[in-house]
Amino acid sequence: MAMAGEKGRGRWFVIAVPYLWLLALFLAPFLIVFKISLSQDVVAQPPYAPILDLSQGWAGFTEFLSGLSFANYGYVLDFSNEFLEAYGSSLVIASISTVLLLLAGYPIAYAMARAPRSIQPTLLMLVILPFWTSFLIRVYAWIGILSQEGLLNQGLRALGIIDQPLEILNTNLAVYIGIVYSYLPFMVLPLYAALEKLDLTLLEAAADLGCPPAKAFWTITFPLSLPGVAAGALLCFIPAVGEFVIPDLLGGSDTLMIGKSLWTEFTVNRSWTVSSAVAVLLLLVLVIPIVIYQNIQQRELEAGK
Amino acid sequence: MAADKARKETIGAVRRSFAPWTDPTKTPLIRFENVVKRFGDFTAVDHVSLDIYEREFFALLGPSGCGKTTLMRMLAGFEEPSEGRLTLAGEDLAGVPPYRRPVNMMFQSYALFPHMNVQDNIAFGLKQDKMSKGEIDARVEEMLKLVKLEKFAKRKPHQLSGGQRQRVALARSLAKRPKVLLLDEPLGALDKKLREETQFELMDLQMDLGMTFLIVTHDQEEAMTVADRIAVMNQGVLVQVAPPSVIYEQPATRYVADFIGEVNLIEGTITTAGHDETHISSPVTRFPLVVAQGVDCKAGDKACIAIRPEKLRIALEPPADQTENLFEGEIWDIGYLGDLSIYHVELACGQRIKVSQPNLSRMVARPISWDDKVWVTFAPHAGVVLT
Repeated sequence: MAMAGEKGRGRWFVIAVPYLWLLALFLAPFLIVFKISLSQDVVAQPPYAPILDLSQGWAGFTEFLSGLSFANYGYVLDFSNEFLEAYGSSLVIASISTVLLLLAGYPIAYAMARAPRSIQPTLLMLVILPFWTSFLIRVYAWIGILSQEGLLNQGLRALGIIDQPLEILNTNLAVYIGIVYSYLPFMVLPLYAALEKLDLTLLEAAADLGCPPAKAFWTITFPLSLPGVAAGALLCFIPAVGEFVIPDLLGGSDTLMIGKSLWTEFTVNRSWTVSSAVAVLLLLVLVIPIVIYQNIQQRELEAGK
Repeated sequence: MAADKARKETIGAVRRSFAPWTDPTKTPLIRFENVVKRFGDFTAVDHVSLDIYEREFFALLGPSGCGKTTLMRMLAGFEEPSEGRLTLAGEDLAGVPPYRRPVNMMFQSYALFPHMNVQDNIAFGLKQDKMSKGEIDARVEEMLKLVKLEKFAKRKPHQLSGGQRQRVALARSLAKRPKVLLLDEPLGALDKKLREETQFELMDLQMDLGMTFLIVTHDQEEAMTVADRIAVMNQGVLVQVAPPSVIYEQPATRYVADFIGEVNLIEGTITTAGHDETHISSPVTRFPLVVAQGVDCKAGDKACIAIRPEKLRIALEPPADQTENLFEGEIWDIGYLGDLSIYHVELACGQRIKVSQPNLSRMVARPISWDDKVWVTFAPHAGVVLT
């Protein structure tokens, strides 16, 4: 019994560590942000009210509760304030980017998984290598490549392909290039993991049963790599929706993304409360698809049993 | 019952008279002509010529790495021969991709598609042939019935037992009614009892469908049970191609004798090489040895007699009036298997031979026991001379 007790305690401890971590570093900050989103802007320090004052006892608490309202959400969800448009545009840009990432990442991951075993670690290393340099510096480097007098335009002009410089920087195209470039490893790695696991005798079996290689790809390889596709798409889509650096540095004034709107609300309009409401809504927009995805997976697992 | 009896008679008749390899007017279905396969410096298949006939159940037998699987994979189209020619029904298979060959394979790992249910796995090959949906459904149903898996049509492979998966794999490879079915160690993952049952089912199936089966196995009992003919392979070379009884009773080489079943090898020197009788003197016994078999050798040549343990007789007393084919020894060990007892007899020179005797009676007045002096004999037609 003593043994079982100790074992039980050890297990609780192991389980508790990640929960405590999430509680302290995720749930607590979220509750603070959520509370701020229900407050009103004031010219004070901190710049929002009400503030919970426990020295007043119960009266202080009820006064605090009555001071909270969902007014900021009404403001954010008002069509005339461009936030909804920014959410929509962020989702569109993130979706298109995810599709582009899939188109670029799948062939890379496939080639890696089919490469000789001995060189696969090297290829994996090359995919991860860009992380050795700061993300910000790598995005800045694209300015040097895409600008009017940048490397790309110079190169194309030297080759005589164009005579007028292409306008790429400060357009949505530059944002797509930036996102696809920056997020590619997050797409390639889960795809590689899924494709590398694939049993090649399945393809031999398909060929044996009269299925040519191209068709075997769509009937065998691709369906079996779907978990990798889903993981890669989520890993890219979620951060892309909230992306701020890439649209700020590479996008134009008409590039509308929610991360940028939030930044403007916080630094230019100095409204902590509205930017908090934007952040909470963004979280909801991102959490709902994940929950749906997990529900589907759970149902498939149960159906499999 | 009557139907069963009639069926048994037909099968018996077909099995007894089936020997197309002895008929020079028959053309083989599959021909390997001087086929060589190299992987880098390693020669996996070394100048193999082999004919396999229609409706034959043919086994490739050998230890792992002997080239039997490579030979089969060349027929399926997964490997191209480095040299030589491979034809199927007269058509040269060089350059024909696997998906255009009229052969189907049952893989050792079964290679069932994990994302498809049993029904879709079986239908996969049929869908490639642009069959109509009705035809596909009918064929799938027929296959499910054949392997007794009607109730499991909607299950995914991971929801099946090993034996059921094996049946799905078999149904899938049979569904297209291939000219030749290739079976790569098909029963390796099954337990002994299920394996034996399945062997007989495979034979019946092959009979009923009238297909040509080529099986690769390292299990000699399996090959002996199912096959019309066996090719024994070693290090990429065909050592002997013959029906199971010939492989067992008249092995061509020491390798075959040793690989198939148990054997005692008695080394000696030929004293008289007659037309249908060979006399050998061996240092292991003071008695002369006689085998009723003529060999292409002369007196003084080295030779070896191969005798199966069950063809030796053991006794506590020397047999009266026998002065040939006699060994004197001492019991070194006894293995009691229930139906049989295996006696390890140590001869005067130190060589040990194995003798197996059926345990015919429950009670024996004086059983042979450890350290007994014993006499071992064999009949002249019991042994084979190998040179």
